[in-house]
Amino acid sequence: MNWMAWTDLTATFFSVIGVILLCMTVYEIKVPCIDRKGFLPISTTRGDRLFIGLLSSAYIHLAFLAFTELSLMIALALSVIWLAVLLRWG
Amino acid sequence: MKKIPNNKAWFLVLPVFLLVAFSAIVPIMTVVNYSVQDIFDQNTAYFVGAEWYREMLRSPRLLDSLLRQFSYSFSVLLIEIPLGIAVALMMPAKGRMASVSLILVAIPLLIPWNVVGTIWQTFSRADIGLFGWSLNAIGIDYNYASNAGDAWFTVLLMDVWHWTSLIALLCYSGLRAIPEAFYQAARIDRASSWAIFRFIQLPRLKSVLVIGVLLRFMDSFMIYTEPFVLTGGGPGNSTTFLSQALTKMAIGQFDIGPAAAFSLIYYLIVLLVCYLFFTIINLQDKAK
Repeated sequence: MNWMAWTDLTATFFSVIGVILLCMTVYEIKVPCIDRKGFLPISTTRGDRLFIGLLSSAYIHLAFLAFTELSLMIALALSVIWLAVLLRWG
Repeated sequence: MKKIPNNKAWFLVLPVFLLVAFSAIVPIMTVVNYSVQDIFDQNTAYFVGAEWYREMLRSPRLLDSLLRQFSYSFSVLLIEIPLGIAVALMMPAKGRMASVSLILVAIPLLIPWNVVGTIWQTFSRADIGLFGWSLNAIGIDYNYASNAGDAWFTVLLMDVWHWTSLIALLCYSGLRAIPEAFYQAARIDRASSWAIFRFIQLPRLKSVLVIGVLLRFMDSFMIYTEPFVLTGGGPGNSTTFLSQALTKMAIGQFDIGPAAAFSLIYYLIVLLVCYLFFTIINLQDKAK
């Protein structure tokens, strides 16, 4: 796997994404979800909310890099909170 | 009818998934890995964290080409969508002329990008090209190789020439799908031709136009070959769009790390736009 130039950080990143997808799949099989309308303007399924959450988290990180000198750990914490809020009430 | 969910069908998708894994997922993972490292050669790489992202997000080079890219894509849409609708409205609906005009309109779509670039590069030359020479002959100072405004004009004109047909053909098929009864009702009400367009044709074209806007936005957002052949990104950097700026960095200067960070930012923008369009199309389907 040397040609892919793995680092610990990116390996962790992809593992976490993989684990999230796996958990969501298992959860979906155990408890199938239905479309619902939360605070987002459209009605969404659980998977939609996960996707929106991950994509917006990426943008949160980019905004932190572009406009501040703050640590990315803060961005990460914010993203996790945002993802949880979105999955629960979005 | 009650649908029985059978998730075993997903196994049939497995071969495609494996193919996509090798053509898309593995390369993108590699790009993510590159984007956090400073790569010198096969065995020498230093971990730099988010440094390349910070640098790219603040580099005027990326921001300028991003701005240029957006203004290019929006100009393309602003010109091609109304023009395509107009062309579709003017095309004959039936008879031999309908087939002839369909074929004529479809011809530019069959020409490969690099050929289109070469055609326009020759066509617009101020010394020997018919278009460029004629403009100069009637007293308009035109030279796309030295004037940024002229270069922009030529790149836009080339795209309009190449792709308006796509919108026209999509709208043409949309127009043919409107039942005759709508027009009869409009005639009984003595509706003006503008009213017919505004209240019958345009609403019925909405779904094909969403597809058309999506296709044209995506294609113009990743444009590379045509401006590369026509202007090479110049004069200066005036027609260097995102993909070309990226290629210069990755292959020209071999800055793998920054180029990887740049392409992931590019990817995130494309992903967001795609998701917005996907949502709009889904909402339309639900409304039906």
